[in-house]
Amino acid sequence: MIDPLFVELSRWQFAAVAMYHFIFVPLTLGLIWILFIMEAVYVMTGREIYRDMSRFWTKLFAINFALGVTTGLTMEFQFGTNWSYYSHYVGDVFGAPLAIEGLMAFFLESTFVGLLLLGRDRMSKQAYLAVVFLTAVGTNLSALWILVANAWMQNPVGAEFSAETMRMEMVDFAAVVFNPVAQVKFIHTVAAGYVTASMFVIGISAWYILKGRDLAFAKRSFAVAAGFGVAAALAVIVLGDESGYELGDVQRVKLAAIEAEWKTEPAPAAFTVIGIPDQKDMETEYAIKIPGVMGLIATRSLDKQVTGLDDLIKQHETRIRSGMIAYGALEALRSGDKSEATRATFEQHKRDLGYGLLLKRYVENPASATDAQVLEAAKSSIPDVFYVFWGFRIMVGLGFLLLGYFLASFYFLAKGTLENKRWLLRLLVYSIPLPWIAAEMGWFVAEFGRQPWAIGEVLPTFLATSALTVSDLIFSIAGYLIFYSVLLVIEIFLMFRFARQGPSSLHTGRYYHEQKAALSAQPAE
Amino acid sequence: MLDYETLRLIWWVLVGTLLIGFAIADGMDMGVGTLLPFLGKNDAERRVIINTVGPHWDGNQVWLITAGGAIFAAWPAVYAAAFSGFYLAMLVVLMALFLRPVGFDYRSKIADPRWRNAWDWGLCVGGLVPALIFGVAMGNVLQGVPFYLDSFLKPHYGATFIWALLGLLNPFALLAGIISVGMLTMHGAVWLQLRTEGEIQARARGVLGWLPLVVTALFALAGVWVAFGIDGYRIVSQPPLTGLPNPLAKEVVREPGAWLTVYRTLPIAMVVPALGLIGPLLVALLARAGRPGFAFVASGLALAGIIGTAGVSMFPFVMPSTMSLNSSLTLWDAASSALTLKVMLGAVVIFLPLVLLYTLWCYRTMWGKVTVADIEERKHQAY
Repeated sequence: MIDPLFVELSRWQFAAVAMYHFIFVPLTLGLIWILFIMEAVYVMTGREIYRDMSRFWTKLFAINFALGVTTGLTMEFQFGTNWSYYSHYVGDVFGAPLAIEGLMAFFLESTFVGLLLLGRDRMSKQAYLAVVFLTAVGTNLSALWILVANAWMQNPVGAEFSAETMRMEMVDFAAVVFNPVAQVKFIHTVAAGYVTASMFVIGISAWYILKGRDLAFAKRSFAVAAGFGVAAALAVIVLGDESGYELGDVQRVKLAAIEAEWKTEPAPAAFTVIGIPDQKDMETEYAIKIPGVMGLIATRSLDKQVTGLDDLIKQHETRIRSGMIAYGALEALRSGDKSEATRATFEQHKRDLGYGLLLKRYVENPASATDAQVLEAAKSSIPDVFYVFWGFRIMVGLGFLLLGYFLASFYFLAKGTLENKRWLLRLLVYSIPLPWIAAEMGWFVAEFGRQPWAIGEVLPTFLATSALTVSDLIFSIAGYLIFYSVLLVIEIFLMFRFARQGPSSLHTGRYYHEQKAALSAQPAE
Repeated sequence: MLDYETLRLIWWVLVGTLLIGFAIADGMDMGVGTLLPFLGKNDAERRVIINTVGPHWDGNQVWLITAGGAIFAAWPAVYAAAFSGFYLAMLVVLMALFLRPVGFDYRSKIADPRWRNAWDWGLCVGGLVPALIFGVAMGNVLQGVPFYLDSFLKPHYGATFIWALLGLLNPFALLAGIISVGMLTMHGAVWLQLRTEGEIQARARGVLGWLPLVVTALFALAGVWVAFGIDGYRIVSQPPLTGLPNPLAKEVVREPGAWLTVYRTLPIAMVVPALGLIGPLLVALLARAGRPGFAFVASGLALAGIIGTAGVSMFPFVMPSTMSLNSSLTLWDAASSALTLKVMLGAVVIFLPLVLLYTLWCYRTMWGKVTVADIEERKHQAY
């Protein structure tokens, strides 16, 4: 039988290594474009300060990039090591985008990043600009393919289950690639990366301005990042991935959970701003609601309904019952039954097989589940609403706050009064971690909100694991966490060290610390 | 159009190619890492060694990532059974590999000798340990791995946790591990002879005076062991290759000498082990003659020969099982669907030549001897 502790630990490990990886990814995705902008201005104007900007921020880029590569290595093998049944069951579909990511994007990014970091004086400035551009394209394409794979977990299109091979098989590659969920996710995720990088550059530049050092350098960096940040924050918010929430049952459930919509409300539904969702009684306590707004955001219409969790659970119950028939027929087929009737029954109920598998948590053979078990499985066919509800609100709240920062930064910069707004500058320095919190929350809402599925409507998470033991998991979780944390501390230490030094770390002799050293070295007259 | 049987055969060749590509590209960095603390006697020399691979190690490592992704997509059953079956071994490999990106990138950022020395050993471990474990894993695969598939095709293992790890450490597997370390260290030494000069180059050349001979000798020993000491696997019957893959539908037996069958039915296949035997000897000769460029080619061929021998000898098996012979995975029944193989083949045909092109361009751009003077001059930019 399934050991719930083992499943929990497998999930904790994946969440931990993925969220660790996602500390480094967003900054890489965005900072590379900021480097490109700086480098492009340098190529066009020939002004040295832009080259210095590009070189300095490249140093910080590299410190972050190293850990992105480190933690990324784990991800490529995590499915095989810890989710071996998942790997067998969906590798035919899910593996392809990962392999293509390697061939098309990761090679590009990683090959050119070497020249980005070490090859500047080996080529013309135009060629170097091209290197930065290719690295940026590689990085962002990489995100595209990973999100194609991820979107397939949320909305598994273009594939069919085969009873002979006992797995999902690809039937339409174009449908997998052009999965609409993938497209909205891609835009939303890379734009969130751009926001992260903008905040990073703005925050550190604000610190130089507060200290009154290297002002020309800091203000130009600040300006590039503020402009980029305004555009990116608008993109993240406007192209948030709500538009993907009508596609597939998992996304519909996630939407209802995000909004804590327990019962289907007449359109247009009210938006619950805050409240305390209570899973047991299926209601939200202390809810503050704004009439009409949610329906508008979620369905972009006044007359379409957002289906409530109550109704979704009822639909799931029907599908679980159909899935029981599918499972029974599948077992017969697997044990050699070749009759037309069994085949026809299986084909008819095949799309509900995943729902039948949900029963495996309670009973060895889903075909023989009791009514009580069916109801129990249906009730557990939605995620824990409280965490999805609040995760989403934290993400969105931070998103708007960051947009506010970028707009204020941009406004005062344009007015030329930025240096006097010390409150804003201070706020910006201390707000550097915020986009990371928002990004991690976004990842959490998408993946935790997908539960109880590993692949939506196809494979329950608790069935997807490897046949390992709790000891294996405790050992590996401890190993990853200790190793990653030590590396993270080193990374942050280096980041602070180089950020404090600022452009003086380039050893050009033109910046604050070196100028100061040069001044104090001169004998007093 | 390509039929399913041909597609599966092509993917066997492609996965092999990616693994050999990984050994040639990233194995070089691993070998250089292994040699780093021994061939570099002071900080400047070690920086020279590191900077010969500095701009390239990250791109090279993608061969591993891509091979992982390709196995996931082309042989999902192997991806599922292998990485979870070798769970703790894989964990150790990953942790050793973690030391490389940070080692390369963070080492030069602080001048403190203790800091730099620590990272040097980190890079050494990051090269040596994965090379050893990959070899040990290969040695175990040749002997069969304790796993079986249940009727829903989920892999289960004969041992888990620390017992699975300890079970990997048998004499033949350790020999395979040492061959793997030896050949990649040889490869790294050839690279250093090619890209450095003076003292470091002389030391690299010194290593190449004996190491390739050891590799050839151990590889020959492993060959004898496989012929007389290890049972191979043979398919007695299997469903027609045009049908859908089902790893449980065939009948397999284990018998002495079965890993040599392929050389009897197809004598030309002997070219592969011959490369593995002669390649290292050529490396030794060419290195001695001061022709590191040619030695590098010979070294690449040696790696292809040694890795290829393991793959070819087991044909068509890719992961034999000791617990349930019929659960053994072959290139026929571990494969994904025809459509997936076709799509992926398209991706390889389009992108692999492009990858090779821009990789060569990057090497060309960074070409030339790396010297101590050069590092002194660029001490704030270089690794």
